Amino acid sequence: MSQTMQQVSIDTRGACVDFPIFDARSRSLKKTVMGLVGGNIASNSKVPIIEALRNIDVHLEHGARVGLVGHNGAGKSTLLRLLSGIYEPTRGSAVINGRVAPVFDLGVGMDPEVSGLENIIVRGLFLGMTRKEMEARVDDIADFTELGDFLRMPLRTYSTGMRVRLALGVVTSIDPEILLLDEGIGAVDSAFLDKSKKRLKELVERSGLLVFASHSDAFLRDLCDTAIWMEHGQIKAHGDLEDVLKAYKGDDYRTPDKTSRERGSAEA
Amino acid sequence: MTVPAVVPADVEQQVAPGSVGSVATAQLTGSTFGAAVSDLRRGWEQRSLWGHLGWQDIRQRYRRSFLGPIWISLTMAVTAIALGTLYAGLFDNDLATQLPHVLVGFIVWGFISGCINEGAEVFTSNVGLITHLPAPLSVHIYRLVWRQTLFFAHNLVVYVVMLFIFHQDLKWTGLAVIPAFLLLALNGAWAALLLGIVATRFRDFVPIAQSVVQLAFFLTPIVWIYDELARSPNPAIAERAKLAEFNPFLHFLEIVRAPLLGQDQQLRHWIVVLAITVVGWALTMVVLRRYRARVSYWV
Repeated sequence: MSQTMQQVSIDTRGACVDFPIFDARSRSLKKTVMGLVGGNIASNSKVPIIEALRNIDVHLEHGARVGLVGHNGAGKSTLLRLLSGIYEPTRGSAVINGRVAPVFDLGVGMDPEVSGLENIIVRGLFLGMTRKEMEARVDDIADFTELGDFLRMPLRTYSTGMRVRLALGVVTSIDPEILLLDEGIGAVDSAFLDKSKKRLKELVERSGLLVFASHSDAFLRDLCDTAIWMEHGQIKAHGDLEDVLKAYKGDDYRTPDKTSRERGSAEA
Repeated sequence: MTVPAVVPADVEQQVAPGSVGSVATAQLTGSTFGAAVSDLRRGWEQRSLWGHLGWQDIRQRYRRSFLGPIWISLTMAVTAIALGTLYAGLFDNDLATQLPHVLVGFIVWGFISGCINEGAEVFTSNVGLITHLPAPLSVHIYRLVWRQTLFFAHNLVVYVVMLFIFHQDLKWTGLAVIPAFLLLALNGAWAALLLGIVATRFRDFVPIAQSVVQLAFFLTPIVWIYDELARSPNPAIAERAKLAEFNPFLHFLEIVRAPLLGQDQQLRHWIVVLAITVVGWALTMVVLRRYRARVSYWV
């Protein structure tokens, strides 16, 4: 993890992500062994494949703030996993330079049986921080979460909202080079949401490169300047955020001003 | 449908500077030995992560129990006393011989069977982590072997207590137990890695591994004493016992057990273990090179 001096970048060329779907039978040895013995039976040897991503060409450099839009199942989450290096392309290439902090699921790596404080450390380690770095941040995170003495209690005693606070506290305290955010961060009360938005913004400013998948135009406008529109596992468009939103939303597109005004009145 | 103002993806690509291809990769990818070695190396660098998780696994198991991890040692002590007494009677052996033999056998076997049984599920039981975090695969292997090492260490406490009751004639050559254990751990790592990859693709390997381990327990001289049966006046018994030489687990067990019980060490056990280490790692590296990147697709 000594790539700090290196230029942060993500570069994929013709990257494809194909999932083989092994059903209960073809995942077992029986089929493979019998297939070998019995000769080639086409229906036997073929494993159905889902092409989750096709021909992804993305080039992102330091300072990129990319929103990811698209319908459910369009491949946004898979693309984030490709960009994070979790899925290496089955065809094509993906080169990732920099320390990646993927925040897809706030709960992953959290242990319900250990205390909130311990979970802060572990979650940080999972995000590529060292123990020392996390110990230096614990107080700041504790302040932010407003959980007080509860931090000494096991995580299983926490309400959903409290867990989200803890997870957001950790996630927004790290120094990522590449930050990959998936939607669904924001199941907290509104007062806390404003506070975490501010932290989230600071986090994005600290990070070298951001890719953020979201269905919220307002959130996207807060954090991103460009966007990628995913459809059927392919990049349909990549460019300026407003242009992509306009193309993606079609008739539903609203200008930034109008949206924020609506948001303002809804909150009032 | 397409709005002219939006840059199509392929045009964007052409705009990208051409120098990118030559940038050194932070993370080696693809089906190369470099990527496989890099996986092992980067995993090792994350010692603080798997070190912590290994400890947490242990504490987790005994959380909220009064004695905590002492239960590991206690369970081992009870097993050794009960089976040591039982088999000393059955085989008509001296308890001072049988009990230490069973105890050390169980301690070593616990490590071996733990690496294999948990190795088969090492990736499938970590689906969440594998599909959410771009950590090297080896992190899960190191965590497993470290956890088993901690179990081993807890059980060693029982061994030390035993030394006070049944004095063993320990020699300075007994220090060979250190490299012996390192070899055992090294083999546990490749076994877990190889089995983990294969069993993620072919789920049948989980029960297969479990039944093989269970069977191997009886075929390996853990409760029975190999030398005694091999020297049996009854040629039928002696012949049967000698078949144990073909059991690879025998050799692993012996290189760790002999030094701990102050027995003479035999070169052939070390040679077999070294050979298995080399062949096992070579095979594992071939599989890791070919299928490392597929594991996150398969889980």
